[in-house]
Amino acid sequence: MALTQAEVLIGIKEIVEEVAGIPADTIEMDKNFTDDLDVDSLSMVEVVVAAEERFGVKIPDDQVSELATVGDAVNFIVKVSA
Amino acid sequence: MIRVNKGTDSRILSVGGYQPERIVPNSEIIERIDSTDEWIRQRTGIEERRFAAPDESVLDMAEAACRQALERANISMEDIDTVIVATITYPYQAPSAATAVIARLGNPKAAAFDINAACAGFCYGVGMASDFIRSGTSKHVLVVGVEKLSDFTDPDDRATAFIFADGAGAVVIGPSNHPAIGPTVWGSDADSRDAIVMEPSWNEMRQSDSFNRWPNISQQGQTVFRWAVFSMSKAGLKAIEAAGITPSDLAAFIPHQANVRIIESMAREIGIPDTVAIAQDIRTSGNTSAASVPLAMSALLKDRPELHGGLALLIGYGAGLVYAGQVVELPPNPSSLKKK
Repeated sequence: MALTQAEVLIGIKEIVEEVAGIPADTIEMDKNFTDDLDVDSLSMVEVVVAAEERFGVKIPDDQVSELATVGDAVNFIVKVSA
Repeated sequence: MIRVNKGTDSRILSVGGYQPERIVPNSEIIERIDSTDEWIRQRTGIEERRFAAPDESVLDMAEAACRQALERANISMEDIDTVIVATITYPYQAPSAATAVIARLGNPKAAAFDINAACAGFCYGVGMASDFIRSGTSKHVLVVGVEKLSDFTDPDDRATAFIFADGAGAVVIGPSNHPAIGPTVWGSDADSRDAIVMEPSWNEMRQSDSFNRWPNISQQGQTVFRWAVFSMSKAGLKAIEAAGITPSDLAAFIPHQANVRIIESMAREIGIPDTVAIAQDIRTSGNTSAASVPLAMSALLKDRPELHGGLALLIGYGAGLVYAGQVVELPPNPSSLKKK
């Protein structure tokens, strides 16, 4: 069943808070992982793996570098869950 | 019907380590890669590493580590019947580094060979040595991990220049009156064999008009990080289960020293309790590939002598991608052996 943007965003907020210690209420769709949230490339891998487990999707390594913002990640997960 | 050997249980009798004298701080690396000390520490945990002298060879380092291991085990080289050297930086395809090591150590008749399992090489060697003893093929085995990675690192590569280092570690594995090396859990993920590579190949070098540098190691950092943390923690758990123990039975966790972030994430994924000592030798030794597990074991036992004889989870993983891990009883305190 396709996931909605809203439910994926809630999940991503929780994951980023857990992995990188960033308060969930500061995480928005337009935030850049590296520049705004200080999530580096290795933490990004942990975010991606946690998201894969939580949403039951596959996010290939070569796709990870394309996910610049929270919105990119949310929209990718929504798309592949459809 | 033919006759077959019957062996005994096996254990690590001692560990020895050798590090080159020259300490190379991050400040010496960053100039050529436009980086900072803080960035390297945050991404890898590495504060400094050791580089061998230009005329200091893989064999020099291996010999020094072996001599320390033999002394600590209170065993003569004549009693060593098998020597296994794990390395990817010995600059000869043949004869092996292991044959040079036995000649230098004064027992040129021992069985000797090298294994190529990159950063997993030492743990491959421990598993093989233990099984040689259990099957009766060998009685005392020297397992050596040694690398001179500074020769194979591109100082201008922003992804790897700060990671790799030099050193050697060795263990003597011999008979035991109880099981002290658990089953080896090993395997590969060869579909990702391009994730860590040493290039160019000899063919490419021969075809090149200008051969002006050694091959260098390059790696896909995120791919390796994901595999190391999430696949290797599963392998570590399997090794713990195969030994019939739980993480809380461990005294120490001594994984390959690739990156502090990997070590910490693996420990979390495996569920290593806070009471277990976690080797973080990488902070001052860098990533010494096949040498990292025995070097980290030697450093940990020096800092924490009370861990001698405790259980440790070892796990090596690297180019291939290949991995091997096992639960071992750490060697007894050398001072207790000498009193006997």
